[in-house]
Amino acid sequence: MPRLKSVEELESFRAGLRTARDPKRPCLTVCAGSGCTAAGAHDVLAGLRTELAKHGLQDAIDVKSTGCHGFCERGPLMIVWPDGTFYNQVAASDAAAIVASVSNGHVPVEKLLYRDPVSGKRVIHEEEVPFYARQQRVLFGNNGKIDPKNIEDYLNVGGYSALARVLSTMSPEQVVDAVTRSGLRGRGGAGFPTGLKWKLCRENPVPRYLICNGDEGDPGAFMDRSLLEGNPHSVVEGMIIGAFALGVQEAYVYVRAEYPLACEHLRAAIDQAEEYGLLGDDILGSGMKLYVHVVKGAGAFVCGEETALIASLEGRVGQPQPRPPYPAQKGLWGRPTVINNVKTWASVPVIINWGPEWYAGIGTEKSKGTMVFSLVGKINNTGLVEVPMGVTLREMVYDIGGGIPGGKALKAIQIGGPSGGCIPADLIDLPIDYERLTEAGSMMGSGGMVVMDETTCMVDIARYFMEFLEDESCGQCFPCREGTQRMRQILTRICAGNGTEDDLLLLEDLGWLMKQASLCALGQTAANPVLTTLRYFRDEYLAHIRERRCPAKVCRELIFYEIEPTLCDGCHACVHVCAGQGILGEKGQVHTIDRAKCTRCGACLEVCQPKAVRVGTGSPARAGVARDGAGGDMVCQN
Amino acid sequence: MTETELQQADFILGQFDDQRANLIAILQDIQGKFYYLPQEVLGRVARKLRVPLTDVYQVATFYRCFSLVPRGRHQVQVCLGTACHVRGAPRVLDRILTDLKLAGPGTTRDRQFTVLPVRCVGCCGLAPVVRVDNSTHPHLTQAKVRGMLNKYRLKAQTQEEIASTEEAGDGDATAQVG
Amino acid sequence: MPKLTINGIEVLVEKGTTVLEAARFLGLPIPTLCHDDGLAPASACRLCVVEVRRGLEGRSKLLAACSLPAEDGMLVHTNSARVQRARQLLIELYVATCPSSKRIQDLASAYGVHECRYEAEHENCIQCGLCVRMCEQQMMAGAIGFAGRGADRHVSRPFDMTSERCRQCGACLYICPVCELRCAGPAADTTLCNGCLNFAPVCFQSYDDAMCFLDPCHACELAGPLRPDVRPRTPTSGVPGTPTKIKTRARATVLSGEKQ
Repeated sequence: MPRLKSVEELESFRAGLRTARDPKRPCLTVCAGSGCTAAGAHDVLAGLRTELAKHGLQDAIDVKSTGCHGFCERGPLMIVWPDGTFYNQVAASDAAAIVASVSNGHVPVEKLLYRDPVSGKRVIHEEEVPFYARQQRVLFGNNGKIDPKNIEDYLNVGGYSALARVLSTMSPEQVVDAVTRSGLRGRGGAGFPTGLKWKLCRENPVPRYLICNGDEGDPGAFMDRSLLEGNPHSVVEGMIIGAFALGVQEAYVYVRAEYPLACEHLRAAIDQAEEYGLLGDDILGSGMKLYVHVVKGAGAFVCGEETALIASLEGRVGQPQPRPPYPAQKGLWGRPTVINNVKTWASVPVIINWGPEWYAGIGTEKSKGTMVFSLVGKINNTGLVEVPMGVTLREMVYDIGGGIPGGKALKAIQIGGPSGGCIPADLIDLPIDYERLTEAGSMMGSGGMVVMDETTCMVDIARYFMEFLEDESCGQCFPCREGTQRMRQILTRICAGNGTEDDLLLLEDLGWLMKQASLCALGQTAANPVLTTLRYFRDEYLAHIRERRCPAKVCRELIFYEIEPTLCDGCHACVHVCAGQGILGEKGQVHTIDRAKCTRCGACLEVCQPKAVRVGTGSPARAGVARDGAGGDMVCQN
Repeated sequence: MTETELQQADFILGQFDDQRANLIAILQDIQGKFYYLPQEVLGRVARKLRVPLTDVYQVATFYRCFSLVPRGRHQVQVCLGTACHVRGAPRVLDRILTDLKLAGPGTTRDRQFTVLPVRCVGCCGLAPVVRVDNSTHPHLTQAKVRGMLNKYRLKAQTQEEIASTEEAGDGDATAQVG
Repeated sequence: MPKLTINGIEVLVEKGTTVLEAARFLGLPIPTLCHDDGLAPASACRLCVVEVRRGLEGRSKLLAACSLPAEDGMLVHTNSARVQRARQLLIELYVATCPSSKRIQDLASAYGVHECRYEAEHENCIQCGLCVRMCEQQMMAGAIGFAGRGADRHVSRPFDMTSERCRQCGACLYICPVCELRCAGPAADTTLCNGCLNFAPVCFQSYDDAMCFLDPCHACELAGPLRPDVRPRTPTSGVPGTPTKIKTRARATVLSGEKQ
């Protein structure tokens, strides 16, 4: 494949591709993102290929693995082109039916179609699925159409046309101006205006560097992973345009160690781009030079912080530096550096192609464009959701997310990862944008949205986040290192029923100190989960402290398990899984749990079919306990 | 370390030029090869990159991917991300530890398994998730733990049996087990 | 040459001057623990935080003065209510971390910290990094360094063995602000250094005694009832989970020593 040496050559190559591809040719695409792969996508792919070979159809019908579609709950996912038929929960054993339907009349395989839970009807196309219907997939829309390992697929859907436009008709200043006018804000969490960051960097002399932050450390967030795996060229194209605007010749993508597939696809994409003349010494004959290097992280959440990431690239420990000076002034090896998140870079070609005014027309007054959330936790439709800024939490949870499993009550939505906060259910009509979330005590973060229901203990969640941050704190500054430890110790005490009301004051003081005096944003935002749960769920803390009761029945030291004798059918399933060997009973007889041996592992609850295993909280051993009918919740009367 | 192992380490070092920035990548390759960072090799790395050993040691002990003690043959990574947490991951972790007779995350005595908590492998739709080596196990419950671990135990057993029958001189088709 | 305003006083400084240097030039006291003029700043102890605002309308934040380059138009306050509260909360935590340190006890009495609500941990190191920086930057040896991360982070020698780079100069002991580096005696292979060859051994044994062990604490001499000859024992907590109430009854009105 000879290198493309000009914009004209690129466009005529693209036109040639499009002519050569028959839009009516059947193609079976299977999502091969990490989620669907874990669910068996590669078996499906193998099954389809075998089936096609069996019927001699392998030259008439294509099979392709594509990037992440986002609806991970329902994987493995497939789309049959050109009809656009959307199949979910596909197994390798379905291959025969699928191939048969494509080769004979294209009648969709009924049982693989998505079934709308409200109407009960099956829908055929992706856009009809409620999960997708309300999304605006500006960044993710192409994932399902391309094989991420094939640059020609990306070219076919219009890839690198933004770069072509930039190189042939725009100056670096014009590019910065377009990004500024679009209102794009950094999608990594802080939401700093991207155009401004680029402008500030340009005020400092060359050489400059450009970095793509693919660390995505927030647990519960996987949008960057999906984009790097599923459409790495969109990120690369954005970086090339950025490099043009910033006069950069060496760029880096920092990908966390836990994403091996993303690393692989990105490296392949970069190699292909170089092969086709889109990277390297003379990009499309414009004289521009750029090399992109992929660097793997080594297991440190703090390396998502800009200055820590830079330190890691330099081969040092990921310890943040005080700012100012900011990376745009003094970054990698002391040079002016722009670091942006994966989604931010992927937004750049969109802005160039569709125009900054179009982009600024989406979203709210101060938060423009679309945002990608990972909607996970206690929600029916888990997956990646791309919506315009300003969509309400209610729409996210109920219209797109399909509500809470088991019809349980929504309790809180944790947004922004460990730096963010928990928004209570009564703020569900909050429109999602940077300012509104900060006002409510949370923050946008990189888009992790974890839904919690009545079975989630907010004190346990605060403890969980503090444990995470204590583990991930780099440890160099005193308030964060000491504060995360102390707060975690206090929260563990409270969860064990040994807390006092003074502890709540200590938590607030420590939280204040960390916010004010920590060296970097990890420490400054570390107390957010605790402070928001104290603000909105104080009654749960008080129940743990005053009554030794965990209202959500999660904290192990405050709960007990028992078997409701009228429901137990003696099936013995619980005995097999009991960690403490503490369930007594003969097969066919009513079983009982020996509290002294019970480790509260909850395995019995998992396996009990007649739902005879109940969880209670509050101190049961005291005299005069009453039982309220609803969930076996024991409440002390004295 | 044996002479062969040192040569293998030197070979890895030879792939990189001696810039400080290569430190983490070098350590990643060493960790990948030996399942830990041997002390002698760290000394060589320090000399190659012309940095004090304290610097190399600091980096080796800062990042979770690295271990100064040998890790097990199978890495059991239990995801403790937020989505997995609310769907019961801590209990799954406890069950795995109990099954492998470990008091906390670490390596089993027979060096078959190392259990490590990780924070988010990015498969939140399939929570709780456990990754063993390169396979991701979705929707794990406590009841499924033993079956999952047994798959790897069997593999380990098979390999040991093959190795021991070969040693005994029975290195033909009779070594086929299970 | 940037012109900034500190506590209402305008001052013109050379480019590259830090806010800490500018404040000291004006004679304004800012406490520090991890700072030394001969070493690069670490911004680790956070005791030197000052309130900084850019322009009158901007929001203010607390930043460490030791590493903050002075910029034109900066408005700095070294003793605002926010700064004072941050200092007190920090010092309270420092007392809980190293109760038997003279430096920290002095800071507590100087800045009005009279009780510590946290359980005493006796960590004997605040990880200011002075010893590491001293060894690397002044003594050019780099024999000790940090290892680990977060709660596990500690000053160490690689693989806990004395390196050949250590010249036993004792600079690390000298520079330590909490004076808690200890020498375990003549077991040369596995101890931090052979400092006992350079210094008289120090006594660290009485954890019940919150007073210093190197020389009498300035503040308690002034306060009268806490003169060295009549020092009371401070209570230790016997019950896990109960914060040790370390009370310094000295209400000193004098700022302790020049060591800061």
